[in-house]
Formats: sequence, C-alpha cells, structure tokens
Amino acid sequence: MSFAGHYSYFVTILLLMVGLFIVIARSSLIKKLVGLGLFQTAVYLLYIAPGKLIGGVAPIIGDAFEVYSNPLPHVLILTAIVVGVATLALGLALVVRIKEAYGSIEEEEILALDADDELRTRNRS
Amino acid sequence: MLNQHLPILLVVVPLLAAPVIVLLRHSLPSWLMATVASIATLAIALQLHQQVVSEGVISYAIGNWPPPLGIEYRVDAANAFVAVIVALIGVFVMPYCRRGVAPEVRAEEHYLFYAMLMLCLSGLLGILLTGDAFNLFVFLEISSLATYVLIAMGRDRRALVASYQYLLMGTVGATLYVIGIGLLYLQTGTLNLADMALRLPTMGDPRATLAALAFITVGISLKIALFPLHLWLPNAYAYSPSAVSAFLAATATKVSIYVLMRYFFTIFGETVVFDARHTGVILLALSLAAMFIPAVVAIFQTDVKRLLAYSSVSQIGYITLGISLHSVGGLTAALAHLFNHALTKGGMFLVLGGVVLRLGGSALDRMAGLGRTMPIAAFAFVIGGLSLIGIPGTAGFVSKWYLVTAAMEEGQWWLAGAVMLSSMLAVIYVWRFVEMAYFRDPPEGHPPPGEAPLSLLLPALLMIAACVWFGLDASWSGGMARLAAEALAGGWK
Repeated sequence: MSFAGHYSYFVTILLLMVGLFIVIARSSLIKKLVGLGLFQTAVYLLYIAPGKLIGGVAPIIGDAFEVYSNPLPHVLILTAIVVGVATLALGLALVVRIKEAYGSIEEEEILALDADDELRTRNRS
Repeated sequence: MLNQHLPILLVVVPLLAAPVIVLLRHSLPSWLMATVASIATLAIALQLHQQVVSEGVISYAIGNWPPPLGIEYRVDAANAFVAVIVALIGVFVMPYCRRGVAPEVRAEEHYLFYAMLMLCLSGLLGILLTGDAFNLFVFLEISSLATYVLIAMGRDRRALVASYQYLLMGTVGATLYVIGIGLLYLQTGTLNLADMALRLPTMGDPRATLAALAFITVGISLKIALFPLHLWLPNAYAYSPSAVSAFLAATATKVSIYVLMRYFFTIFGETVVFDARHTGVILLALSLAAMFIPAVVAIFQTDVKRLLAYSSVSQIGYITLGISLHSVGGLTAALAHLFNHALTKGGMFLVLGGVVLRLGGSALDRMAGLGRTMPIAAFAFVIGGLSLIGIPGTAGFVSKWYLVTAAMEEGQWWLAGAVMLSSMLAVIYVWRFVEMAYFRDPPEGHPPPGEAPLSLLLPALLMIAACVWFGLDASWSGGMARLAAEALAGGWK
C-alpha cells in the first residue's frame, strides 16, 4: 500500500469530494454545474488510470510485444464524456430558462421567490 | 426471422421513432407516430414475455458479437415482466397526450415532447433488457436526460427548478453507479453482467466488492427515490405535465428498482449482499421510514399532485420492504406491488390530469364539491385511492397481502402490523380528498366545470378499471410476479 502506487486513486477521490462539495455548498446554479462536471470528470480518471500498464503498448499483436494496455476503459470513458457533455449542456440550458423565469441564478433567491408565491396563493384562497 | 430480433427491436422501435418525430414536426403526425411506436413496443414486449415464459432465457448478441466480448441483451422472466409494465403504461399514456398535453406544453414544442417521451421509453426498456453494466449506464442517462426535459416542459416556472434539482441528484446517482461498476470491472475484467455474476464468487469477498456494492446501491437508490434520497421526486412529479407525472410515476422508479434487484440477487448474490452483512436490516429500516414519514408528509400537502408524489415515495417503501426480506415470497410481493402500484398511481395521475384541465390547478381546496361537478373523475380517483390504501377488491390489496404473507413466512409478524399502520396513514391522505370532493359544496359563482374530455377520461378509467380487475383476479399478475421473482433469485444459469 504505497502512496505513490495509489497516487491516481487519491487524486480521483480528492477531485470527487471537491466536486461534490461544490454541488452542495455553492448557491450559484452555474457553480453547481461546474462542481458536477468536476465530480464526473474524476470518475474518468478512475477508469483511465488502471488501463495503463507500465511498458504496455497498444493492443496490436506482434512478436516484439508482450505487455498490452487495455483500450476498453478509454472507449467507455469516451462514451461517459459524451454523456457528461450532454448533461452539462442540458443543465446550462435549464439555468438559462431559470434566469429568464426568475431573474436570478442564486438558489436562495429562487427558493425565496417560490416561497413568496406559495404564501400569496395560500392567502388568496 | 424477425422473432429472434425481438430484444433489440423493443429498444430500437421507440429509439427510431424519436428522430422521425423530430422530422415530422407537426403535432398530429408526431402523436400518431408515437402512438404507433408505443403500441408496437407493447406488442413486442408481450411477445418477448411469452417466449421467455415458454422457452426460457433469451440471449441476444448485438451485431452478432458473441458475449461476453460483445454487448449482450439478456431477457428472462424478470425483465420481460417489467418491460411489459413499462410498455403497457406507454400505451395508456399515449392516447391521453393528444388532448392532455395541449394546454400544458406550447404548440410548437409538441413534437419535441413526443420525441422526448419516445427517448425516455427507449432508455427505460434498454435498462431492462441489457446484459451489460456500462450499456445500462448509457440507457440510464438516455432515459434520465429525456426525463429532465419532460419535467421542465411543465407550465409552472417551478418545473424548471424541479428539473434542475433532479438533474443534479440524478447525475450524482448515475455517477456513483459508474464508480461502482468501475470497481467491479477492475476486479473481474468484464462488463457482461452474467459473466460478472460467475466471476465475482471466485474473488472471495474483498473490500473492493463491498465498495462497489455500496456505490451501486446508493447510486441506484437515488434514482429509485428510496427514503431519504427522495427529495427530487415530489417537485418533479408535481410540476411536470400531467401525462409525464403519470408516465414517470408508473415507470421510471420501477425500472431502477428492477436494477437494484438484479444487482442484489443475480450479480452480487444473496450471500454477499444479505448473509455476510446487514444490508437487509438497513434496507428494512429505510423501507419502514419510507412507509411512514412521507405518508405523514403527504397528509399535510395542500396540492393533490404533491400529495400523490409523497404517497409514491411511501409506496416505494413497500416494494423495497419486499426486497429486504430476501426471499422468493418477498421478491414476488415487491414485483407484484411494482405492477399494481404502476397501474394505480399512473391511473390516479391521469384522472387528476383531466381534473386539472377543467379546474385550472391541482390545489386541494379547488377540488371542493368535485363529487357533484365531476362525478366520474372523483369516483375513479377514490377507487385509485382505495387501491393505495389496500382495500380488498383492488390491486393494492393483492400486493399488500403478498407482502404480509412473505413477512410472516420469515417469522416477522410485527411487519404485518407495520404495513397495517402505514395503510392507516394512506386512509388519512385519501380521506382528505374524499372530504373535499364529497362533503364540501362546489364554489359558488363559477359555472360547473363538467367532466374532462373523453380522450382524457377513457385511458384514465381503463387504468383504474385494470386496477380493480387485477385486484379481483390476481392469477396473471401474481403468477408472472412469482416467475419473475424465481428468475431473479435463481440467477442467470
């Protein structure tokens, strides 16, 4: 269990926690999405790092090579990146619509506006 | 010849319908296309279920690449059963959309609405059929992204915030799931679920398996809205268009429950999940909390859609309670409740959609005198409510009966009492509607709204009728649930 040997895992977990913390702690909807992006990206590292073998080469069978790196994690993560981009794009589009509807992208202000609305409808009825 | 390609057709038909709808652009042809696609989907699902029941597990190699290297679709009695539920709800919701969506979604966005509904259906069916862990994640995201868009189409601006919150929580959940399968892949070197199920027991019980189990359980539980991870659900159901509330309440969480069952019983196996550690006890505690706390919250809601949403969280508790018993009886109860609750809650949301169309809102106090102004809708809603409570003669009773029997087989008599008590809470929140609809006068000065249009009322009434039908004759639903439970518990052999 050497620190150097598990370096990539420590970085992954650090990035995961930083991302999740931003999602929870920040009030700005944009910053939350940045945190979410960081959280997702950290997972890419979890997949990519073990795909590399020291001294490993691309998986093309030849007499000169014995150790091959696994290409599958890269393919998986390519898919995950596409999913991540789509999620981010949709999230940002929602933030634009929220800004148009509420005039704010701060979570607290939006929740306060909603609470006002609710109070008003309740008083009317 | 076509028969052997049914597993992939089930996913591809709605997936192809979506871009075709985007090209059609006009509201009526897109609706027709979506309806045809959903009927085709149901036909395929029923045929597939028939095949599985008579001939056993179907393995379909995508692109003819043999598994475990290629992606495999694997159909057994369990996922075929849930696929029939999802496709059935799709067919019920589609005719409703034509009139139901018009006042809630802008006319120029109708074709996008149908395209998203098709993508969502395709994603959900993909999750069910696929035998590949990563493929499952991709379908999970396809259905989730479509769901976020559908929720945001609600006309209330709070729909946007609800959708955004669901996007955050849903993505965190899906990412946790990816971490989990990453850890499993690192250990076993395979993403094929059946292959993984074979290799995991040879690994012993290392800590990485435990971590993977934890990540997958929490990630999928977020999608299930298992208490206390349900915070996204009430707003998402309350502010989305009525047809979407009905579709999601009946399908989305149910599919995630299937995924959890699959991982617990087929991939990790009962010994790792339940015998070696206290997963069962934790799940039991969370299920009990879900049966009581959201039910109490539901009692205090002033909006009927939110009331139903909280009731959904509470009903999910019954399903996970069945899982936590980890017996075939418990799983049968869970799967039967999955089916019965999908019919009940889907039907109630559809009835409510018609009411909202006439009254202009879903606040409880608007429903005053509904028993006189909209007698059919109010009566149908009450029948649905009785099924939520679990009155004999409705579908809800059948699955609660299974649940109580399963709990007694395990010697957990006190659980029967807990189910009864929690049903009492359901009586209270259903009663709040009954009191408002039947014991208050309709507001004066307004012309009586009249019944909802027939195209809205008919699918809703059919679903409520099905709920009574399967309450009186549970031989089909109960039998299929039992077969599915045995398939899950038996593993992929």
